[in-house]
Amino acid sequence: MNTALVAALLLVLLGFAYQMGWSRSRSLVTGGSKLHSRPSYHGSLAAIWALLPALLILGLWALLGTTATRAYIIAQLPPEIASLTGADLAGAIARIRQIETGFGVLGETAPWENAAAQALREFRLLTYAVVLAAAAGTGALGLFMARRRITARLRARNEVEGVVRVLLIGCSVVAILTTVGIVASLLSEAIRFFTFVSPVDFFFGTVWNPRFSSVGSGSGDYGLLPLLWGTLMVATIAMIVALPIGLMTAIYLSQYAPPKVRSTVKPIVEVLAGIPTIVYGFFALVTVGPFLAAIGNTLGIDIRATSALTAGVVMGIMIIPFISSLSDDVIRQVPRAMRDGSLGLGATQSETIKRVILPAALPGIVGAFLLAVSRAIGETMIVVLAAGNSPYLRLNPGEPVSTVTVTIVNQLTGDTDFASPQSLVAFALGLTLFAMTLVLNVVALYIVRRYREQYE
Amino acid sequence: MQMPSEKIVASTDLYSMKSSTIRTPDAEARPVRVKAREVCVFYGPKQALFDVSIDIPEKAVTAFIGPSGCGKSTFLRCLNRMNDTIEGARVTGRIELDGDDVYDASLDVVELRARVGMVFQKPNPFPKSIYENIAYGPRIHGLAASKAEMDGIVESSLQKASLWDEVKDRLQEPGTGLSGGQQQRLCIARAIAVSPEVILMDEPCSALDPIATAKIEELIDELRENYTIAIVTHSMQQAARVSQRTAFFHLGNLVEEGPTDQIFTSPAEKRTQDYITGRFG
Ligand SMILES: Nc1ncnc2c1ncn2[C@@H]1O[C@H](COP(=O)(O)OP(=O)(O)OP(=O)(O)O)[C@@H](O)[C@H]1O
Ligand SMILES: [Mg+2]
Repeated sequence: MNTALVAALLLVLLGFAYQMGWSRSRSLVTGGSKLHSRPSYHGSLAAIWALLPALLILGLWALLGTTATRAYIIAQLPPEIASLTGADLAGAIARIRQIETGFGVLGETAPWENAAAQALREFRLLTYAVVLAAAAGTGALGLFMARRRITARLRARNEVEGVVRVLLIGCSVVAILTTVGIVASLLSEAIRFFTFVSPVDFFFGTVWNPRFSSVGSGSGDYGLLPLLWGTLMVATIAMIVALPIGLMTAIYLSQYAPPKVRSTVKPIVEVLAGIPTIVYGFFALVTVGPFLAAIGNTLGIDIRATSALTAGVVMGIMIIPFISSLSDDVIRQVPRAMRDGSLGLGATQSETIKRVILPAALPGIVGAFLLAVSRAIGETMIVVLAAGNSPYLRLNPGEPVSTVTVTIVNQLTGDTDFASPQSLVAFALGLTLFAMTLVLNVVALYIVRRYREQYE
Repeated sequence: MQMPSEKIVASTDLYSMKSSTIRTPDAEARPVRVKAREVCVFYGPKQALFDVSIDIPEKAVTAFIGPSGCGKSTFLRCLNRMNDTIEGARVTGRIELDGDDVYDASLDVVELRARVGMVFQKPNPFPKSIYENIAYGPRIHGLAASKAEMDGIVESSLQKASLWDEVKDRLQEPGTGLSGGQQQRLCIARAIAVSPEVILMDEPCSALDPIATAKIEELIDELRENYTIAIVTHSMQQAARVSQRTAFFHLGNLVEEGPTDQIFTSPAEKRTQDYITGRFG
């Protein structure tokens, strides 16, 4: 179906209906009555009533059209082809479609194929016309009804508000349902995984060695702890790097920097947040890793180029703008009166920051910190490239580690058989990750909200 | 002591309440504590204050009145250099505190603000306990050597702000949990705690109801015994009730200043007359 044409028609219908509602209600005014709602609301209401049925028809066709067309094609096929199943039938149908559109046809076409394609072409044209006519017809009908309803007393404003509300609710429901769907699929796949491996072995196992699925299912060790440990280690190192630098940046930007400096420095810092993480990843691999290894060499410490330290440091750099930007916001939310009150008592600027501003902003900063941690935990590309992918329980941050995210990538790349625990474990890992970040986010939101109440 | 004449319209009938408060006719004779000469203030390119010269006498209340935007707060903030904290603000002229130039490079602004305390328009207690609110200043300036000494400072400051009886059993509760009037007295106590010589108040009662306002006014009258006070107010009656001297500002100029009685009964300038009789402002 030609979408541009349909869209244009809908727009015309919309404009026409709006105009009609508007002028009709206008004429009531000139007729001497006092309108409950302004003409623009009557226009909007008419447009809604005209558009809604038309959209409904088009939506139905979008939903059912493919199935109907498919059924029609099958009906056109000779019986011996139509009775085929699975991939063969799908292939035949796809071929008819290709002939019909004229794109991507391979080899000679059989006469029955051409006939079917021709029939399909006519069918398409017909349904196209019918659907369009039906949409336009119901639209016009809706418009007609809406126009008849227009009286001075019609509460068009309230009705339009109601429609807007339903629309907004619909959108948020979509967002919520998507989340619920994702969690449900994670959960069901994870439960399948736990039929192979007991949750105790998974959550408390200290060895990670899933082997390959070709070796046979059920074999291998699926201990979460080495991965969790790696994740926490990298995230901790990242926060040790990011928190002081980010916080100091925020304090400088919000309290000391003159507006000019602030308006240049803040965007520059925020550019850091816009760099794709894969770029950080090879930055870590190519520059930071060898650099840290060289430093370790001079100090006589053994630091590997790909290690928890490398990944953590680079991830910390990535998170700096996140912390600085959020903290800057919460620090600036501390009312100026607090600052003035402290300065007015003869406190210096740093005393004011330390004793009044930071304590007042602390809950917000903690919230920012927790959000940053949940980002660090979920971060993937940097650790894939720079952490060394070595899932062992090791205390030394100079050694390679592996994390939950890296392992998910490993388990799902290459040949995957979604019935084996080797792949299914990814869902259990994903669920773990999700639960961790969820808890962190909830705690962070709770703290941030508590903090808001203090001043509003 | 002369009562206001009929020139002052009905809105100033509260003025008559003043007869009960003690007047100090010798306010002019007192030594000058703060001396301003040709003070100009600019916010960026815009000039907000033009050549203001005034003497603020010791142990008396000086009120700044004038229509909104005339520069009262701006001038008040010059006296303890709070204008320094405003981006793009510039002050010229000379302000002396006990003969020392306040804007001299060698003067420590921290020390200045300890000597010249400030109470703001909206009560702004810190989100800390009542005790900590008061202890904040003394702690920063190292005024108490021991916990007992600090307790003493807290108690005496709260007592001077006549808040002690209301809060003595809840010193550990947050200062933000007090009522508006109590919060403002807490802020006054907080300012007193660092033993300032001068207290600046910028519309300290504008966020308060009449009863809380009366309490604060009473308090100001008591504080006058020991402190030099400058107060900005929009209420003519309040200026009349609490101050010994009044300065009238208009469009960034100091139009007239003198003993409060004189300003209110026989102002020299027509603009002052118009303002206090409510003809503009
Ligand atoms: N931070 C600032 N930046 C720029 N201009 C300012 C600033 N503060 C005050 N001004 C300007 O300086 C002038 C005097 O302001 P000020 O706050 O001193 O007036 P005011 O007499 O205290 O008024 P009000 O009675 O409303 O408090 C006004 O024109 C105001 O717009
Ligand atoms: Mg003001």
